[in-house]
Amino acid sequence: MKAKIIITPKKAVVDPQGKTVQVALEQMGHQGIKAVHVGKYLEIELDGTDREAARKKLDEAAHRFLSNPVIEDYKLEIE
Amino acid sequence: MNFAVLQFPASNCDQDAIHAIRLLGHSARYVWHKENSLGDADAVIVPGGFSYGDYLRCGAIARFSPVMQAVKQFADNGGLVLGVCNGFQVLTEAGLLPGALVRNRDLQFHCEHIFLKTVTPDSPFSNKIPAGKILRVPIAHGEGCYFADEETLAKLKAGNQILWQYCDVDGNLTDKSNPNGSLQNIAGICNERRNVAGLMPHPERACELALGSDDGKWIFESLFAALKNRTVTVAA
Repeated sequence: MKAKIIITPKKAVVDPQGKTVQVALEQMGHQGIKAVHVGKYLEIELDGTDREAARKKLDEAAHRFLSNPVIEDYKLEIE
Repeated sequence: MNFAVLQFPASNCDQDAIHAIRLLGHSARYVWHKENSLGDADAVIVPGGFSYGDYLRCGAIARFSPVMQAVKQFADNGGLVLGVCNGFQVLTEAGLLPGALVRNRDLQFHCEHIFLKTVTPDSPFSNKIPAGKILRVPIAHGEGCYFADEETLAKLKAGNQILWQYCDVDGNLTDKSNPNGSLQNIAGICNERRNVAGLMPHPERACELALGSDDGKWIFESLFAALKNRTVTVAA
C-alpha cells in the first residue's frame, strides 16, 4: 500500500512562495492564473493491506504531526 | 538562578544563551534533547537555531523529543519557559503557545537589528523593561511571520498576551518596521497563564555593548526578578 498526503497552506495564511511563483509564471507568458499555492507532498510506503486501519492511523499522524492545522490543510489518499 | 538551556541537533543559539545568562550573574547549563528530565532548573530557555534541520516544518520534529515532554510538564507546573527564534517555533508547534510562524513575507532571511516595543510589563518576561524603552535587538530568521486566526488573535489581545511588537526607532508600529509580515507586528507573545513566552528576536545576542546593544538584558533581568519573587519551587 502507498499513502499520498498533500499539504497546502490554508487560504487565510499569506503564501509568499505561491505569489512569487505566480508572478514568475505570468512573466513567462502564462495567462489566466488565478492563484498558486505551494505545499508539500509526502509519499508513505506501507506494509499490510488494511486500508481503513492505515487511513485512521495516518489521518491522526497527518493532523498531529505531518501538517500544522493552524496554517495548513491536508488531503490523504491510500492506494 | 539556574537556567536549563535545551540543545537539539542544529541548535545554534544555545551557547549565546548560556553566555548571556552567566554574564548577567546567573548559572545555566545545557540539557540535551534526549534527556527525559530538566533536573534542577528554575527556568528553561528553548534556544534559536535550526533544530532537526527545520525538516518538515520549523520546530515540528523537536516538539516530539524527550526533553520537550519534560518542558511541557515543567510549564504545566507553572515553570517559566522562554523560547527564542526557533525556540518560539518549537513552542508553537508543541501547542504551548498559540499561533504559528510562517515564511517571511518577502521570502528573505532577515539578519539585522530591529526595534521592539514592549506592550505590557505584566509578565515574568517584561516586568523589568523600563517604561517606554524601545529595545534594539537582532533578528535572524527566514520563517518568523507570526500568524494566528482571528479568534486566537482576539484572545491574545483580550488577554494582554502580546508582549512585543516590531516598531520604528520612535516606537511607531509601522509596516516598514515589520521585518517579516507578522500580524499586527507581533514579535513575541505569552500563554494565557503568562509562564511561557516566545519571541523571534534574540535578546541573548544583545546583552553586552560589545555586540552593539545590551537592550536584550532587560528581558533576562525580568526573568531573574520574576524568579526571585517566586516562593514555590517547580520541579519536572
